[in-house]
Amino acid sequence: MSEPIIARGFRGRRRDDDRRDRIPPGQYATDDFPVLSAGPTPHTPLDVWDFTIVGEVDEPRRWTWEEFRALPSEEVTVDIHCVTKWSKLDTVWEGVSVDTLLDGVETAAEHVVQFCDGGYTTNVPLEDVTGGKAWVAFGYGGEPLEPEHGGPARMLVPHLYFWKSAKWVRGLHLSVTDEPGFWEVNGYHNYGDPWREQRYWGD
Amino acid sequence: MAGAAVLGRLTWLVADVVALVPETPRVKTIEFDVPGWPGHRAGQHVDVRLTAEDGYQAQRSYSIASAPDETRIELTVERLEDGEVSPYLTDELRPGDRIELRGPVGGYFVWEPSQDGPVLLVGGGSGVVPLMAMLRHRAATGSDTDMRLLFSSRGWEDVIYREELERLSGGGPQVVHTLTRSQPPGWTGYGRRIDAEMLAEVGPSAAERPNVYVCGPTPFVEAVAQALVGLGHEPGRVKTERFGPTGG
Amino acid sequence: MDRLMLDGNAVAGVLEEVFTVEMTTAIGTCGGCGATEPVGAIHVFKGAGFVLRCPHCDTALVTIVKDDARVWIGFPGMRRLLVDTSR
Repeated sequence: MSEPIIARGFRGRRRDDDRRDRIPPGQYATDDFPVLSAGPTPHTPLDVWDFTIVGEVDEPRRWTWEEFRALPSEEVTVDIHCVTKWSKLDTVWEGVSVDTLLDGVETAAEHVVQFCDGGYTTNVPLEDVTGGKAWVAFGYGGEPLEPEHGGPARMLVPHLYFWKSAKWVRGLHLSVTDEPGFWEVNGYHNYGDPWREQRYWGD
Repeated sequence: MAGAAVLGRLTWLVADVVALVPETPRVKTIEFDVPGWPGHRAGQHVDVRLTAEDGYQAQRSYSIASAPDETRIELTVERLEDGEVSPYLTDELRPGDRIELRGPVGGYFVWEPSQDGPVLLVGGGSGVVPLMAMLRHRAATGSDTDMRLLFSSRGWEDVIYREELERLSGGGPQVVHTLTRSQPPGWTGYGRRIDAEMLAEVGPSAAERPNVYVCGPTPFVEAVAQALVGLGHEPGRVKTERFGPTGG
Repeated sequence: MDRLMLDGNAVAGVLEEVFTVEMTTAIGTCGGCGATEPVGAIHVFKGAGFVLRCPHCDTALVTIVKDDARVWIGFPGMRRLLVDTSR
């Protein structure tokens, strides 16, 4: 295959960044927050919304929006990395730690599937959403999370590629078996560590 | 068939920039020489690829503005505020520069003079580009097809191809403008978003079974397509092409 | 309706790259509701990859994931695709 022609003077929207050690291989830093979605934006009314923990648990858990918002929450600043090559540093979120949601839950499960309005799913090992590594976020940049970006609530699992942080999340399904989710079944990597550039299935 | 396609995989072709022509304050037409261009049909588009010196690449699709009958390929590009590719094409490119494109692509959103029936073209902003290729093709082939364009723009200074549309409409096609945000003094034309009433006034009736082509931003296309179906146009005869930002 | 949604015309190039024939006029049958539509009329969403959804019932019909040298095409909801190979 022949070499592509260089477009004189083209740089794209990359920004130079001296924080290179925070940008995983193959990624570019951006100030934008592109809206990427596998489907139409759901609009679940808050009086209908709930968040549940189901599957391999002693007892399923459920929170209404009011109950969820009454849980202890925290502000976190994290870097996020999209498999489409964009990294956004120092993003500020407000959310409930998954540790809070799983507090006291008895389980033999080692795997979790995040499930969402619209049917999207993504799988993560249980240990990747516990120990202070993941949140159910309802605020971004000091404001309520916009529907386009996953509001009213989305998962935030910043140490993995951002498709592993499901928008419009409605719950976690705990399981002893691993169940690849939407993108994992369709070509993306089962785990998705940006630092090992685990973008595609089998890589 | 004019310009028989090369069989096999689509390949990237080198496009030499010949000229750049401003259409409106935000829109420019770029003329290219593309050696090896296989020919195209009115309504098709190309994928454009830009490669930076360090190998970074960005790719976007642009409708072909020129008619199949012309020797050069023309793309009409709207400079998007926070765009990554469009500002480069409209502000950086100079005659003599080279970029890559592949195509033509698309067989769904295509008009050919051999098709039966009247044609209604409905364009929103830069959505007029593939429709312009159809109007130009109609003129170049001497077709007497009943072709009408209903064209929505923000204001008179934003109307792409304004003068050429006036000239073309002398030769048969009906061109109707609606200006949604501002109208010049003395304007007697439409001054609102396209709705069912306007479509019924301008377009062939559903009973005439026109071939309808709707192109523009997604909310525009959705509203117009819905209105057309509500007027009784067969959904299968309303072809749509949605333009939008491509995100990350 | 999502303002960022596009349609099958947006993935015409990548589909033709893989199938080597014009694909926007290929007719897909939805495995969810049975509706048939040309690929050019199918709704397209851009997430981590492309998702083609039935305009009638939103069923995810096709997914497209690509890097520089490979394309993964998934057919989670497309019952079948009718392709004209004569052109």
